[in-house]
Amino acid sequence: MITLNVNGTDHSLDIDPDMPLLYALRNHLQLNGAKYGCGLGQCGACTVIVEGKPVFSCVLPSGAVAGRAVKTVEGLGSADKPGVLQQAFIDNQAAQCGYCIAGMIMRAQALIDTVAAPTDEQIRTHMAPNLCRCGTHLRIFAAIKAALATGVKG
Amino acid sequence: MKRVTLYRAASLIVVAGLTFCAAMMWRPSIDPLAQAPTMDDASVRRGARVAEQGDCAVCHTRPGGAYMAGGLPLVTPFGTLYTTNITPDRDTGIGNWPPEAFARAMRHGVSRDGHFLYPAFPYVHYSRMSDADISDVYAYLMSVDPVPARAPDNHMMFPMNFRPLVSFWNLLFLRDDRLADLPDRSPQWNRGRYLVEGAGHCSSCHTPLNFIGGEKNSEHLSGGQVDGWNAPALTGMARRNNPWSTEQLVTYLRAGVAGHHGAGAGPMLPVSLSLAQLPETDVQAIAEYILSLDGDTPTPAPDCAATRTAAIPAPSAATTGTETPGAASTSAAPAFAQGEALFAGACAGCHGGGAPMRTIDGRPGLSVVSAATASDPRNLIKTILEGIPMSARAPSHYMPPFADSLDDAHIAALAGYLRSHACAATPWPDLLETVHTLRHEGQSK
Repeated sequence: MITLNVNGTDHSLDIDPDMPLLYALRNHLQLNGAKYGCGLGQCGACTVIVEGKPVFSCVLPSGAVAGRAVKTVEGLGSADKPGVLQQAFIDNQAAQCGYCIAGMIMRAQALIDTVAAPTDEQIRTHMAPNLCRCGTHLRIFAAIKAALATGVKG
Repeated sequence: MKRVTLYRAASLIVVAGLTFCAAMMWRPSIDPLAQAPTMDDASVRRGARVAEQGDCAVCHTRPGGAYMAGGLPLVTPFGTLYTTNITPDRDTGIGNWPPEAFARAMRHGVSRDGHFLYPAFPYVHYSRMSDADISDVYAYLMSVDPVPARAPDNHMMFPMNFRPLVSFWNLLFLRDDRLADLPDRSPQWNRGRYLVEGAGHCSSCHTPLNFIGGEKNSEHLSGGQVDGWNAPALTGMARRNNPWSTEQLVTYLRAGVAGHHGAGAGPMLPVSLSLAQLPETDVQAIAEYILSLDGDTPTPAPDCAATRTAAIPAPSAATTGTETPGAASTSAAPAFAQGEALFAGACAGCHGGGAPMRTIDGRPGLSVVSAATASDPRNLIKTILEGIPMSARAPSHYMPPFADSLDDAHIAALAGYLRSHACAATPWPDLLETVHTLRHEGQSK
């Protein structure tokens, strides 16, 4: 049994310690926000926050997450009541196909949580590991700036 | 009377000493150019190649910064230096430097205005270059985009913050001799030696340094340390248990993945991306010279071949969706169970026996790569912590960083497990402490 703390709730799961966190989230906790993209830690679609840091959940064994706080996009808000950053993504229509967006939001949230007023260069550098095939980077960038402008950490 | 003579003699010696020191530590300023020089196109083109041979941009361009505009921090045991702007900007770069000032900097480590440059700038190697190459690289640098950018102030500790002292360092370590070809060696070997010992300044990282930061010439190219990474010995590479072939070394040096050895990471990656821009003949010459170097390395690498298993199994093939030959028959000892599970969940997608990168790209398994067979675990741990960044210059290998997803104990378990497959006879001691140290070294920068 492995106990995962996700979005503030403990879950005891009967899974192997080598199961990537992404599979545990999607297949065992029905948290389908994080996506399977490349499975190799190259694209960022699976990004979640572990202990404040954005990480690729597809290459993170569940056994290494036991006892550490995991936050997924579901922890930021819901469709009915989106969080500040989620609302900014909606307002800026930052999603095209949407596959990368949950990962983008979580990486951006980690920056907002830790840096009070990031520069444009800091935002770009921080977001670089996450790829978007549709090319909505400018809208994603605008959404992050809009969320920062509200002054609410989310 | 006698006493007076003694005093006179003593004061004469003091005055002579002071005069000698002043002469040692003083260099004249060279008049700035009144206007930008015009450069010969052919010389500029040749100089572009020399600039890649010397990896100028690796240090003189900071991440996200303008090309050759400097500002990269270099952490030395004596403090932190910032590389200078070598674009032709007249106020903050070298735009008003005449050729003779540039040549003096390259050969003697003295700036145009007469101040001593710190030897982190490898003039001890550049002094071995030909006049033609130095004049070509000058032409090239004067042709790049001028960028106004002033490097941050250096933070050197006393007494190294007093630049004139560098003159005494130069007395010990600077030989202003151009490298002459050895008649009994092939032109290609001589070319390789010229590139390695001159512009390439390989020994700046691959030779151990003494306590005042000079290269230990008696241990030339026998391995050093840079930015927390091991710069492995370049001696005896052709005669190791797992020897390097010319083809493998050329592939490695040009930012490729070398079969049976691995790929450049850490500080070597940008160097190999620079070498990848050169005509292949230059890199072949470098490889021929390096592979000719004798291997009287003080501490030979352990013979890992005897204990090595064919490949690291991916124990839980289901998680990677691939079949792994030998997975069922090989099972890790209980001591390595945690490392085995971490490998399966974090690494096997790329490094497992059945991963497409292995089966289709033919990349080497981790049980044979240099990072896992080396006598110390630094490079393996550094690679796990920092990964290998994506490169904009040439297609190259990539690995995600694991510093934020795995803690020290996880990485120690993983390294111990990988070592048990690469070199079971000589496990790495004190892995947990080493991971802890390397993680914090990285964060302090």
